[in-house]
Amino acid sequence: MRTRTINVNYLARVEGESAMLVRIRNGRVAEVKLKIFEPPRFFEAFLRGRSYLEAPDITARICGICPIAYQMSAVHAMEDALGVMVPKPIRELRRLIYCGEWIESHALHIFMLHAPDFLGYPDAIRMAKDHPRIVQQGLELKKLGNEIISFLGGRAIHPINVRVGGFYRTPTRMEFGPLSERLKRGRDVCREAVQWTRTLPMREYPRDYEFVALQHPGEYAMNEGRIVSNRALNITAREYDAHFEEQQVPYSNALHSMIKGRGTYLTGPLARYNLNLGLLPAPVREAAREAGLGETCLNPFQSIVVRALEMFYAFEEAIRIIEAYDPPETPSIDYETHAGTGYAATEAPRGTLYHRYSIDDRGIIQDAKIVPPTSQNQKMIENDLREYVTPRVDIPIDQLRAECEQVIRNYDPCISCATHFLKIEIEREA
Amino acid sequence: MQDLENTEAQRAQRHNGIVVVGVGNDFRQDDAAGLIAARRLRDCGILAEEHQGDFATLMETWKDAGSLILIDAIAPGRVPGAMYRLNASTSALDRQVFNTSTHAFGLADVIELSRTLGTLPPRVLVFGIEAKNLAVGVGLSPEVEASLPELVKEVMVCVLTQSGVPSVPLW
Repeated sequence: MRTRTINVNYLARVEGESAMLVRIRNGRVAEVKLKIFEPPRFFEAFLRGRSYLEAPDITARICGICPIAYQMSAVHAMEDALGVMVPKPIRELRRLIYCGEWIESHALHIFMLHAPDFLGYPDAIRMAKDHPRIVQQGLELKKLGNEIISFLGGRAIHPINVRVGGFYRTPTRMEFGPLSERLKRGRDVCREAVQWTRTLPMREYPRDYEFVALQHPGEYAMNEGRIVSNRALNITAREYDAHFEEQQVPYSNALHSMIKGRGTYLTGPLARYNLNLGLLPAPVREAAREAGLGETCLNPFQSIVVRALEMFYAFEEAIRIIEAYDPPETPSIDYETHAGTGYAATEAPRGTLYHRYSIDDRGIIQDAKIVPPTSQNQKMIENDLREYVTPRVDIPIDQLRAECEQVIRNYDPCISCATHFLKIEIEREA
Repeated sequence: MQDLENTEAQRAQRHNGIVVVGVGNDFRQDDAAGLIAARRLRDCGILAEEHQGDFATLMETWKDAGSLILIDAIAPGRVPGAMYRLNASTSALDRQVFNTSTHAFGLADVIELSRTLGTLPPRVLVFGIEAKNLAVGVGLSPEVEASLPELVKEVMVCVLTQSGVPSVPLW
């Protein structure tokens, strides 16, 4: 029996702590496990007994990279429970703050975490020596995303201005000041960045995924819409639990999400692009065409191009919202607190984020369920690795390790969110 | 304690481009040491910023600075509360020591990225205080709390000396 083993004790450029085991026996992939060992964080349990008003700020603490996604899913689920419908200006401001998060999160992943894989650098610092302009551009774009979040959320990390029924404070038109002009310059830089991602050396690796994303008529969904797939799934967030299940596996502290009766699926930029391309405005579709993206994109390595495209869209959308901004009469609307259960799914930068809360008649949280995108993609990451390694079992071990890491980073996984990093072991047995 | 608000010391600090930044997270126990140090420095009239550690905006804090003083908690493993003074002007910090950040961008990485991009000030001094506990929660460990006054004093001396006002009584 011939065994080859690759161990990567700490895979950088992924948020959180986890390990990957790939065992190759007799030239075949015998086992693949994404082992998330970051300790469970018990947020769902922390929330029980707290006021419904606290859910957006408590859940924002789950992640320093995508706190807005947590705030948005939490606030919309609570509003679903209470029958609150926010007016259009509030809806638009929430979309604007989500644009900020898409920009800062995608810029971080594209330029600092993922691009070094394509260009053969161990990290962004070494990449910056040869490509300083690209890295500087990435930093500029990220800062603009942070700026939107700080402006509307009060601060860039763990913002505090979102509340059930609206915001604690909303800006006047004057307060936006020169932000729109800065975003226009950022949009131009971003459009260049989309075309730059096209020049990256790209592996051909078409996959047959079931894509799952929100879909909303008239807009590329962020905060609301039906949960749809390319295999006839079309449900509301209220029906999520009837169609999806979470499974515990002994080697991971994160649950694996599956579609009941069908299995794995993919959520995130590739799913959004494939399901909602027609809802992108014309300049963004044009940029997609120039970047070589077709009507469908089935290659997970091209997720870097799609992320850049979504970032370009987020700039377009942010500028549109600011220029059309009509301040709400009040920062938040009145409503009555009563017992109920609320459901919401929104599109975090790395995929669909589902929240469900039950509250009593005083608004105290009785039950909470949070399904982050990395949990949903976890099983698909394992599938991708198995399929990727199968025809490559004999390539040099260091090269295989690096390519496996890149396969994982295609997903921009956030392990801290899912536990609820990355150590890779590849064992070859013959 | 002498109030140095808008005094010669602050003006000198601005004039000489001396930027002081405390880095950390208030909700990770001893990781808050850099933030608390910055607050105490401000109480003593020193201009000091607090920063949560996001690398892109952290690099902005020292844009155009002549000298940079950073204060951060460092990874536990030796002597909790031990204070380290490291000159990062020309050489990199140990990435394993300054590694507490999201997405693998710790303070050592941010300094090196800035150096590579040509935005790092010519003089960089890093004050590290060894953490005992970095788990979720608030409040410093007794060891870190006990060392913090000495660290604040060291940073003050450093700022005032570099500002050219060493004669100001400190305590």
